[in-house]
Amino acid sequence: MTSELDIFVGNTTLIDEDVYRLWLDGYSVGDAVALRVRSGILEQTGATAAVLQSDTMDHYRTFHMLERLLHAPPKLLHQLIYQIPPSRQALLIERYYAFDEAFVREVLGKKLSKGTKKDLDDISTKTGITLKSCRRQFDNFKRVFKVVEEMRGSLVDNIQQHFLLSDRLARDYAAIVFFANNRFETGKKKLQYLSFGDFAFCAELMIQNWTLGAVGEAPTDPDSQVDDMDMDLDKEFLQDLKELKVLVADKDLLDLHKSLVCTALRGKLGVFSEMEANFKNLSRGLVNVATKLTHNKDVRDLFVDLVEKFVEPCRSDHWPLSDVRLFLNQYSASVHSLDGFRHQALWDRYMGTLRGCLLRLYHD
Amino acid sequence: MPGKLKVKIVAGRHLPVMDRASDLTDAFVEVKFGNTTFKTDVYPKSLNPQWNSEWFKFEVDDEDLQDEPLQITVLDHDTYSANDAIGKVYIDIDPLLYSEAATVISGWFPIYDTIHGIRGEINVVVKVDLFNDLNRFRQSSCGVKFFCTTSIPKCYRAVIIHGFVEELVVNEDPEYQWIDRIRTPRASNEARQRLISLMSGELQRKIGLKVLEMRGNAVVGYLQCFDLEGESGLVVRAIGTACTLDKLSSPAAFLPACNSPSKEMKEIPFNEDPNPNTHSSGPSTPLKNQTYSFSPSKSYSRQSSSSDTDLSLTPKTGMGSGSAGKEGGPFKALLRQQTQSALEQREFPFFTLTAFPPGFLVHVGGVVSARSVKLLDRIHNPDEPETRDAWWAEIRQEIKSHAKALGCHAVVGYSESTSICEEVCILSASGTAAVLNPRFLQDGTVEGCLEQRLEENLPAGCGFCHIPYDELNMPFPAHLTYCYNCRKQKVPDVLFTTIDLPTDATVIGKGCLIQARLCRLKKKAQAEANATAISNLLPFMEYEVHTQLMNKLKLKGMNALFGLRIQITVGENMLMGLASATGVYLAALPTPGGIQIAGKTPNDGSYEQHISHMQKKINDTIAKNKELYEINPPEISEEIIGSPIPEPRQRSRLLRSQSESSDEVTELDLSHGKKDAFVLEIDDTDAMEDVHSLLTDVPPPSGFYSCNTEIMPGINNWTSEIQMFTSVRVIRLSSLNLTNQALNKNFNDLCENLLKSLYFKLRSMIPCCLCHVNFTVSLPEDELIQVTVTAVAITFDKNQALQTTKAHVEKSLQRASTDNEELLQFPLELCSDSLPSHPFPPAKATSVDYSSFADRCSSWIELIKLKAQTIRRGSIKTTVTVEKTSPMGEGNFRNRSAAPCANSTVGVVKMTPLSFIPGAKITKYLGIINMFFIRETTSLREEGGVSGFLHAFIAEVFAMVRAHVAALGGNAVVSYIMKQCVFMENPNKNQAQCLINVSGDAVVFARESELEVVSTQQPAANCQPACTGGEVTT
Repeated sequence: MTSELDIFVGNTTLIDEDVYRLWLDGYSVGDAVALRVRSGILEQTGATAAVLQSDTMDHYRTFHMLERLLHAPPKLLHQLIYQIPPSRQALLIERYYAFDEAFVREVLGKKLSKGTKKDLDDISTKTGITLKSCRRQFDNFKRVFKVVEEMRGSLVDNIQQHFLLSDRLARDYAAIVFFANNRFETGKKKLQYLSFGDFAFCAELMIQNWTLGAVGEAPTDPDSQVDDMDMDLDKEFLQDLKELKVLVADKDLLDLHKSLVCTALRGKLGVFSEMEANFKNLSRGLVNVATKLTHNKDVRDLFVDLVEKFVEPCRSDHWPLSDVRLFLNQYSASVHSLDGFRHQALWDRYMGTLRGCLLRLYHD
Repeated sequence: MPGKLKVKIVAGRHLPVMDRASDLTDAFVEVKFGNTTFKTDVYPKSLNPQWNSEWFKFEVDDEDLQDEPLQITVLDHDTYSANDAIGKVYIDIDPLLYSEAATVISGWFPIYDTIHGIRGEINVVVKVDLFNDLNRFRQSSCGVKFFCTTSIPKCYRAVIIHGFVEELVVNEDPEYQWIDRIRTPRASNEARQRLISLMSGELQRKIGLKVLEMRGNAVVGYLQCFDLEGESGLVVRAIGTACTLDKLSSPAAFLPACNSPSKEMKEIPFNEDPNPNTHSSGPSTPLKNQTYSFSPSKSYSRQSSSSDTDLSLTPKTGMGSGSAGKEGGPFKALLRQQTQSALEQREFPFFTLTAFPPGFLVHVGGVVSARSVKLLDRIHNPDEPETRDAWWAEIRQEIKSHAKALGCHAVVGYSESTSICEEVCILSASGTAAVLNPRFLQDGTVEGCLEQRLEENLPAGCGFCHIPYDELNMPFPAHLTYCYNCRKQKVPDVLFTTIDLPTDATVIGKGCLIQARLCRLKKKAQAEANATAISNLLPFMEYEVHTQLMNKLKLKGMNALFGLRIQITVGENMLMGLASATGVYLAALPTPGGIQIAGKTPNDGSYEQHISHMQKKINDTIAKNKELYEINPPEISEEIIGSPIPEPRQRSRLLRSQSESSDEVTELDLSHGKKDAFVLEIDDTDAMEDVHSLLTDVPPPSGFYSCNTEIMPGINNWTSEIQMFTSVRVIRLSSLNLTNQALNKNFNDLCENLLKSLYFKLRSMIPCCLCHVNFTVSLPEDELIQVTVTAVAITFDKNQALQTTKAHVEKSLQRASTDNEELLQFPLELCSDSLPSHPFPPAKATSVDYSSFADRCSSWIELIKLKAQTIRRGSIKTTVTVEKTSPMGEGNFRNRSAAPCANSTVGVVKMTPLSFIPGAKITKYLGIINMFFIRETTSLREEGGVSGFLHAFIAEVFAMVRAHVAALGGNAVVSYIMKQCVFMENPNKNQAQCLINVSGDAVVFARESELEVVSTQQPAANCQPACTGGEVTT
């Protein structure tokens, strides 16, 4: 006796959260059944393995049919075929677009292309996430990227509108899209200590301050040539950053800046002497990062540079985070007192964001 | 030209990409009704076209309005080649043809293609302007309301229940026309869909005409079925119960603004007619239909001639005359006579209803059924309905005579079905023989005073509890005792019925689903040989199904079956029998005895040991079941019951005769009484199997209950969460080990596993009950068995359940004592039933009259028929003092679960096979939904195999039903039923085809929580009786 056909269709589509998770995690029906057996469900419910097999198959089939709709979540809301309560719809979408930290760290900043997709095998082996799940996550990134790539307006809003994600998840996707678009290097060994959260935090700050959308001028001008307002860094701004060079190139200005900072922080920093000794190196590092951002290559290495030029030196001198905060605040603020320096606004736009990023990046 | 149909095509969305180059579609729409077609403009390059068309107007006869569906076709415009069809929408405009229902159809309909399934949606608005000459016009029957619900619909009351209406139409099946060889599968499927739509429209119109002729205004319990006969044609047939319904005037209490709570509101829940005694408290609607009188002598069946011959079987004069005065009061005899005459004037006193207004059902006799095997290729004139009409008339005649044999003049809970395999067709009909109160059958005014007297004099609930047949001359052996409720009248030990549990019946504990399953191998044969083989097998199957049911009922410690449905399915090389029913413990019937096993070879020690081991297991199971279903009837001492009935024990031994495969001889004692155990004698492995299979039925996991009736006896505190579902399973039998035992085991496992899967899937709803569990078996191919289940899971409140059960037990204890007192108070002649004593012919359970082969039913088959007779009878209480409430005691439950989220973009449409929605009141019936779909694929693997294909199709069918209901302005379908699910596959060719037919009543319901404001403002006095009533009726 073999079962040829075995289906269950409810007027309200039944969604089993546990099975959904197993499906999202890319387990085959067989593996999923084995995992469910191990969870002790048979003992709890008194069901047999055959029942579990049939149930799992059925849910998998349902998810497979829903997957097409999940690719365009608004369709899930408006379709008539599956009657699903709104809370369940939200859950389906949110879970489908959720991703693994380990996976996202592997592809963050990489081009979402066929080439990368080929590497998913390796990522799967390395992270222990099933290839199927890797593919789904990668395809999600790519799909969101494709949809919002050409759109005007706020990146987060666009993602939320077209994929109906929660605020949190939409922000994460904004960061992923932003990183993929600007191809920031995140895979270097010295960046391994950083979490996706760290990068997402920086991405948000950069989107808010360093992109065209941040300036808030383009929306009023529909004929504007500028597209992708939240996705691309403001080219003009990056060009202008060259003007900051004077802060380290002009020796007087650099000395004045140093003395201003030192005066203000004397007695307040535990690592004052180290700071005093390293000031010029640190300042040179931070300003040089800014001036190099006109080159795409250097934009990509932004995080490598920040870690190399600032985070690592401070860490080797054992600066506590509070001292880093005090220093960066003073370092940014003191520039306003430099009479010979004319680019105060530019400096604030640059340093405001960078300060936030550096504080987030500064940990073990 | 009495009608104008107006259609507007608004927009489309989610259309499929039809032009690969642009990834877009140039869509336009054709609107067709009858022979007139309109077109919209092409809306270029869009998947979400906005046509916003003008109003397309069709001026048509109302006859056409009833028959024709509105056909909307969405196409992709192509400049160079033929336009490609995207899909179609068929809209049945019938709901717009009678007042009170929908006034406009407006909404998003899925665009359906028989090859691709749903492809986007289209927004359509449909209106009908009817001209005023409706009543003169007799070709159409606009205005007659149709209900699938097998009880009087919730917001109506029955003025007169006229009786049986039936109709049958035949056409050539397009699939078998010569043109089918050259047209595409799509064209063929569409031709079929359209034809069936047309035929069901025609059928409904013709039934409507008959109703008008009877001076009714509605059909309740309307059941329409298709017989795909293959070469010989396509039959659409329908049965129903004609009624005159009166809409209950319900002031706009559902509007939050209006807080004029009406007492009527409280009384609407269970559709009952206000009792003449309590008429003042009933709805204030005047009985405007009182002028209708029953028009008796009309024959509403096409083949009236065939009937008279068979009627001679039962003495026509007998029922009303003679013995009536023996025990009963004179007026009672009068009542009987009147009822008799009212019913005898009808050709078929049948009622498709399964639940009735209180007082309607007087006595229940037992199940009557008839089957007949026919050969389809012998139909002389296959395109004409005469032959089939004659077949059905024959069967109905037989049912009628069975009922008479039981001393009953009517059949309730009546249904008909067929099973077709190649050219063989089994026609089946079954129902419950009953004695009815004439009040609802004809004009009530004449008998007003009589009724009143009757009502006053009836002892509480006992007036109809008792056997309608003569106890000295019973149609079959049964063991009678005095009713455990009133102790004055005779009741049988077991009662089987096809109806729902009456609301006022006193039940102890909870009920449960009981199934008997059976397979019998049959040699492959042709034509007459085949029909003979089947005819010969049928009585054995009936008998064994009955035995299984009886054994399982005893094992559950219960004494009555409701909603019994026995389905016999014929295949190439086997017959399948599946009986489903809901077992309950009726307080009025005696406690069932246990089951005793007796071995036949007493000298073998180890065998004895084995037997005693089995016995112990059985006893344990019975004890466990009694606990599980909370069956703890109050102990009643022998003295209260009264003197033993001076009836000689009719012990009849019954030989289960040799069937071709084995030499089993099991002796069964059918005359088990209260003290007698049910004896099962075991002498070979076969019988052993039977006992084993008895014990393999696993009870549902804790927190789950199941039944196949509308409501679960013993549970009355439903919460509002419901989940309707359809589950389909097909198994392939390995052809090597095809023995009866192996088959039985496979089939049994299939059903049990299916149930287990359901329990597992729905575990999140615990505590819950599967209601209206409806199993259908079909044998699509040699080695395939298909089982389709549709049911609804309803959650209930466990805590409250415990309380009410306790209260209920106390109540019933109390009742036992009060009843005892009543015994002293009432003079005997008032409560005893008058029974005509006439020599009735033995009732037949099966009819295997295949033309000349009828005579071949040798005497031993007759004997078996006699024994296998399932007809049992018992008592059901009517308590006049109890305020009527809805079956689930609506006074008792509150809306517990959260209201559905309101912010969904697509309105939620509930679907349920029940006639009500827990926690809600139905405020309006919008019309009948009757849809037929075909889906075919030539890329089965790509669509996820057979499971993927059928899963998607059923989901699509649900979606289309919901869309139509929503477009009518409704939010639920009640009495939903999937009447057919024919699935055929050809995996080698990567093809599959499926036909599904569903129906139901579209309704608008309002949540009880929304009405709560109103009800809490009600005076406590009004609320009180309703609540108590709910408890009593558990």
